[in-house]
Amino acid sequence: MNTVARISLAALLCVGLAACASKQEVKPTPPPPPPPPPAPTQTAPVSNGKFTPADLNTNACLIKRSIYFDFDKSNIKPEFDDIVACQAKYLVDNPGARVTLQGNTDPRGSREYNLGLGERRAKSVEQAMEALGAGADQFTVVSYGKERPICHEMTHACWAKERRVDIVYTKTE
Amino acid sequence: MKLRSLIPSLAALALALCGTALAPVPAHAQGLTLDVINGIPSAIPITVVPFGFESAAQPPSTDVAAIIRDDMVRCGQFRTLTGADIVEHPTHAGQIHFSTWKLLKQDYLVIGRERDDGNGQVRVEYELWNVTSQKKMLAGAYNALPEELRGVAHRIADQIYQAITGRPGAFYTRIAYVTTTGRGKDMQWSLVVADSDGHNPQVVVRSRQPLLSPNWSPDGSQLAYVSLESGDSAIYIQNLATGQRRLVSARKGINGAPAFSPGGRRLAMALSFGGSPEIYVMDLATGKLTQLTHNLSINTEPRWLPDGQSIVFTSDRSGKPQLYIKPVDGGATARLTFQGEYNSNSAVNDDGSQIAMMQGIGNVYRIAVMDRKLDNQVRFISPGPLDESPSFAPNGSMLLYASTGGSGVGVLYEVADNGSVRQRLSLVNGSVQSPAWGPYRIPPGPLARQPGVSYVAPGSAQTPSPQAPR
Repeated sequence: MNTVARISLAALLCVGLAACASKQEVKPTPPPPPPPPPAPTQTAPVSNGKFTPADLNTNACLIKRSIYFDFDKSNIKPEFDDIVACQAKYLVDNPGARVTLQGNTDPRGSREYNLGLGERRAKSVEQAMEALGAGADQFTVVSYGKERPICHEMTHACWAKERRVDIVYTKTE
Repeated sequence: MKLRSLIPSLAALALALCGTALAPVPAHAQGLTLDVINGIPSAIPITVVPFGFESAAQPPSTDVAAIIRDDMVRCGQFRTLTGADIVEHPTHAGQIHFSTWKLLKQDYLVIGRERDDGNGQVRVEYELWNVTSQKKMLAGAYNALPEELRGVAHRIADQIYQAITGRPGAFYTRIAYVTTTGRGKDMQWSLVVADSDGHNPQVVVRSRQPLLSPNWSPDGSQLAYVSLESGDSAIYIQNLATGQRRLVSARKGINGAPAFSPGGRRLAMALSFGGSPEIYVMDLATGKLTQLTHNLSINTEPRWLPDGQSIVFTSDRSGKPQLYIKPVDGGATARLTFQGEYNSNSAVNDDGSQIAMMQGIGNVYRIAVMDRKLDNQVRFISPGPLDESPSFAPNGSMLLYASTGGSGVGVLYEVADNGSVRQRLSLVNGSVQSPAWGPYRIPPGPLARQPGVSYVAPGSAQTPSPQAPR
């Protein structure tokens, strides 16, 4: 739903801009190209509407298990709403499933503060999934802070990879 | 603010040295490599003459005079002559030509000698002379086994430091730190205790999961630390002599940032079982927890003031991390830091007048020291860009902190509290982080006897004349 809304908004903006531009021109301009069709992201389950453990490795959304954050922030950015939604749906569809949410930070800032920040990020993901119906007993939260770096350069690109919550399934059904 | 303009040149020097100074391979795999980065010409000139060896036997491999010399330089208040600049080698008082040392503009002279004393012991005798007054300020002797000579050298350096500056020396102390080797799934953490100059490293714990935040008990017998070995954080206290350890807290959520009270009976910590990290104080005898902060933000990194009455901690209750102070027995919380976007990771010196912190401005994180006696004026003592975990030597004269380089490799620096001298402690094949400077191993004042090392009181020494450091 969200994606559809955003695409149509983008389309409206395109039309608006084109209209403005055409006022400046004397010659009639060809109509703006139609918005590209939405990318075929298969976020819905195929069979009976419920995700099954097999979908964890095949579904285009479910295979994404990391949510990325801005520096010193724990709010979930709109581009990760889809991942949060499909993972939450999986947990709703499979009440026996359990996940560990591992919070991580980039190396800036102190170790203990970053332990707190990593936990805050993981809890932010937990709350978002619970708001979509997942059960509190399905989550374990652990913060690694900046203790487990996966990228070792002092660059913004590297830091962006560190600021994340990994969703790790410990039980799939 | 003069110091600020000094920082870029410090950084340049450090970089230059990083590029050229190839670390010698240490004898021990775990050993840290020590390089002195720079010095200041205004330091007090002192010459430590190589000690003589007066027995027929093979002299011990430990060069006591060289260790004393290195200690004097790394504290930032002294400069020494080395090598061929030491033009004469007196080992007894009668051999000193004061005119020579006056010509060389030396204020103080240390001489000494060693001899085989039987039973495998070495006797070390030393004297400190004031070149101007030509008076002996200090004399003493130790009997020790060869493997104890590094400790003996640090203890002599402590006495020299005290005789000249009037403050106790802190060279005969230990540091704790965490090393990491490997990356990804092969990463391994070790908690290590070593001499203050990085020698004699001893592994306290090894783990396949993160170890962090070591904190010394005030008597130096125990370390509190955080381990994620169980999959989540837990706080342990480990006895360094016996290796025995006690699980202090493994509650749900974060169990972090342990800090012994000055008396050693209580442990402050950050626990998040209530929802967000809050500061708690545990009575170590009863295990009773008292919650100090009640705030929905991150509250962590408690540090006791020396009187044990108040705790400084980090909180982002105002949006970004800043330092706050609160009385332990309740009372109002006051914000301490207003300069800089990001202030955390505090350390308090021996008299509570200096609070060091990690201060972030933009993407540059440096160690800053706030002087509570000077209207909370802040000075920077490290160049960044990613410096953290400051801790003071027990006499407040030096700080130890961690720094992360461009490839993510962590090293430690010891820096004089005036920022003048920095020395790097690095691991050849890994990272070093989370340092903590330990307490005095011998209380300042009259020397206590330690097993294996006997001290002969300086009977003939004249009264030392303390002199304020320049």
